[in-house]
Amino acid sequence: MQLEIAQNHNQPNSQTYNYKVVRQFAIMTIVWGIVGMLVGVIIAAELIWPDMTFGIQWLSFGRLRPLHTNAVIFAFGGCALMGTSYYVVQRTCQARLISDRLAAFHFWGWQLVIVLAAITLPLGYTQGKEYAELEWPIDVLITIVWVAYAIVFFGTIMRRKTAHIYVANWFYGAFIVTVALLHIVNNAAVPVSFWKSYSAYAGVQDAMIQWWYGHNAVGFFLTAGFLGMMYYFVPKQAERPVYSYRLSVVHFWALIFTYMWAGPHHLHYTALPDWAQSLGMLFSLILLAPSWGGMINGMMTLSGAWHKLRDDPILKFLIVSLSFYGMSTFEGPMLAIKTINGLAHYTDWIIGHVHSGALGWVAFITFGSMYYLIPRLFGLKQMYSVRLISLHFWVATIGVVLYIAALWISGVMQGLMWRAVNPDGTLTYSFVEGVKASYPYWTIRLIGGSLFFIGMLIMTYNVIRTVMMGHAYDAPIPATLPSHSDLKIGGLGSLQPAQGD
Amino acid sequence: MSDFSSNFWSWFIAVVSIISIVGCGVLLWTQTMKRPSKGEQVKLHGNVWDEDLVEFNNPMPGWWMWLFYITIFFSLCYLAFYPGLGDFAGKFGWTSTVQYDEEVKKADAEFGPMFAKYAQVDIPTLAKDATANEIGQRLFLNNCAQCHGSDAGGSKGFPNLRDADWLYGGDPASIETTLTLGRNGVMPPLGDAIGGEAGIKEVMNYVRSLSGLKHDAALAANGKLKFTVCAACHGPEGKGMQALGSPNLTDKIWLYGSSEETISETIRLGRNNKMPAQLERLGEAKVHLLAAYVYGLGGGSSQINSAVSVAPVVPVASAASAVTDVPKP
Repeated sequence: MQLEIAQNHNQPNSQTYNYKVVRQFAIMTIVWGIVGMLVGVIIAAELIWPDMTFGIQWLSFGRLRPLHTNAVIFAFGGCALMGTSYYVVQRTCQARLISDRLAAFHFWGWQLVIVLAAITLPLGYTQGKEYAELEWPIDVLITIVWVAYAIVFFGTIMRRKTAHIYVANWFYGAFIVTVALLHIVNNAAVPVSFWKSYSAYAGVQDAMIQWWYGHNAVGFFLTAGFLGMMYYFVPKQAERPVYSYRLSVVHFWALIFTYMWAGPHHLHYTALPDWAQSLGMLFSLILLAPSWGGMINGMMTLSGAWHKLRDDPILKFLIVSLSFYGMSTFEGPMLAIKTINGLAHYTDWIIGHVHSGALGWVAFITFGSMYYLIPRLFGLKQMYSVRLISLHFWVATIGVVLYIAALWISGVMQGLMWRAVNPDGTLTYSFVEGVKASYPYWTIRLIGGSLFFIGMLIMTYNVIRTVMMGHAYDAPIPATLPSHSDLKIGGLGSLQPAQGD
Repeated sequence: MSDFSSNFWSWFIAVVSIISIVGCGVLLWTQTMKRPSKGEQVKLHGNVWDEDLVEFNNPMPGWWMWLFYITIFFSLCYLAFYPGLGDFAGKFGWTSTVQYDEEVKKADAEFGPMFAKYAQVDIPTLAKDATANEIGQRLFLNNCAQCHGSDAGGSKGFPNLRDADWLYGGDPASIETTLTLGRNGVMPPLGDAIGGEAGIKEVMNYVRSLSGLKHDAALAANGKLKFTVCAACHGPEGKGMQALGSPNLTDKIWLYGSSEETISETIRLGRNNKMPAQLERLGEAKVHLLAAYVYGLGGGSSQINSAVSVAPVVPVASAASAVTDVPKP
């Protein structure tokens, strides 16, 4: 194992990048990953053994389920996005964050939000809105912290030395702006006490705003943000140019525009007016191509370097994440078609769909990026053990496949059982019969989820050993801007810039 | 009824939607690039970032652009035929309400005659009809089992339908009325009326004594004096009144539980129990079949207030026992 510890430059702050906040977010990504996934495994087990927590209300499925979703999306995913965005924005702008203090406030503020969530959700404090469960005092805190994040991120972009803004930053920027908008609109509420509030909207309008929020949380938190990650770490790890600038422009604008319209597909066959349901379905279909644009750009970046996939497990994580991304962004528009939705809605299929995106795409791209990032934050060239990365990859891949295959089967089975009708017009199955028939698949899901969690533990061990080997390291900011003529990219010969671009 | 308060909003939706869909196509069209000829080196674009990050400027893949165009074309066609553009109904004039009404009409035409036939048969006869019982059980499992349990055995707050104890009467007409109109059982909070916590303790002991449960005789004697407040509904002897739905306190059947804490809680806070009306959801014929099924479960009585010994309960079909047989940890 070749491990090289870079010199720790004792340079003044102005000449180095702020890696401290990146390190903090990176470490907390691992910590919250363990917590969020462990809670996921527990609630998967509770579906099979409902009494396993001895009737303790704080540990019941209804309390822990929002804790699981909030922990994996906003704690694990959030820390990953925030950490990588601070790393990427500094390095691609060749500028230090505009304020170390504000960045530190952002980090500690976000951790406080997570801890408050972890306390209030099991206690049963909730707004009753999916992915927006946290009560109003925490929502206010999130808003303040988010504004700090936006100031640091966009301030650093304003300070960039490069002429153009790198594509990864467009996606991170869209994520930051849109999530702020979504959060404020959907959480508008009238507080009646410190821990209780009522939504500012009522009835079907409330539902529509909730799913405008809910679907765009998927679109901008779990898609756009992580595409930002993809656009930096895939070309970096592959050491290849991004496939197409033009494709990135078109799919960026088309993606952020059409996502805004897709929310109503969560409310098919409800009190939502037919016209709104139709528009939600159609824009979800139109969303297919813009979503795939990101997959194509990531995958094709590897063209000419496919052999690297054979022995680079980090690249395996990154490219397999794009495969799952492509699969779930195909499945999404299909599920948005009303007739398919009529079968799939409210079944395990939807949970399987979410997890093919959340485990296969979001978590895999995060793992790949963290394996690239963490050694660099500690002055090392690579992780403590590349073989353990490979082991993590295979354990996690088997886990995801078991998970989503099991829920595809149980989802379609539930959908068919719920609509089966006897010759006398009565329903063939009662609800509880569908539950009973789902047990074998829930068991397979638990096994798949546990494998994924074990993978996370393998990563944790690898990260601890890596951190112990290295030292906190802040890279110096290069004094000059690189140019095309300096580049040497393996197997490409000389790369000349386009004329007049 | 229109979804919009004025025509403006209908036009607003229609115009914005069309511009947005067509706009996606325009974006794609204007960004189309000439494909490089064979052997031509694809050009790099823009800056170099972070030492070695660069971008090729390949044209967008053709198959991908076609996919994009097809979804746009499909969407515009769909909006010509289905609702979407504000108040414009679309060529097919389809609405979800009309589709639902037609499906219900079709189902009524198909199954109506069979249910109408059963509606003519009186409940005790119907309860002995195997086919009617099977239909009744399916209806029960999908509409009643959520509260009363798959085996109709009830649970806390939800009566057991298999014993001979009936809150509102177990004769065919009473069961059918319960199903048709629903019931709302209200026990008011009586802590203040009987002298606070001390009074609650005394009355609780008296109530326990009525069915021979362990109790403090001295407290129960005091409680008996205060029971006059309760007697208005439960009767002077605590035997309940089916006209009011007030439970008999002298049998060993408890809706909420017989522990000292539970009885005290019932007296202190009262109870509000609701059986929802089924007529509007299910219609007369299905309610009739359900009434026969419940009557036939073993606890039905032929006359009002007659004491019927509890019949041994046999599950009607294997499905009933199958669904209760869920794995235990």
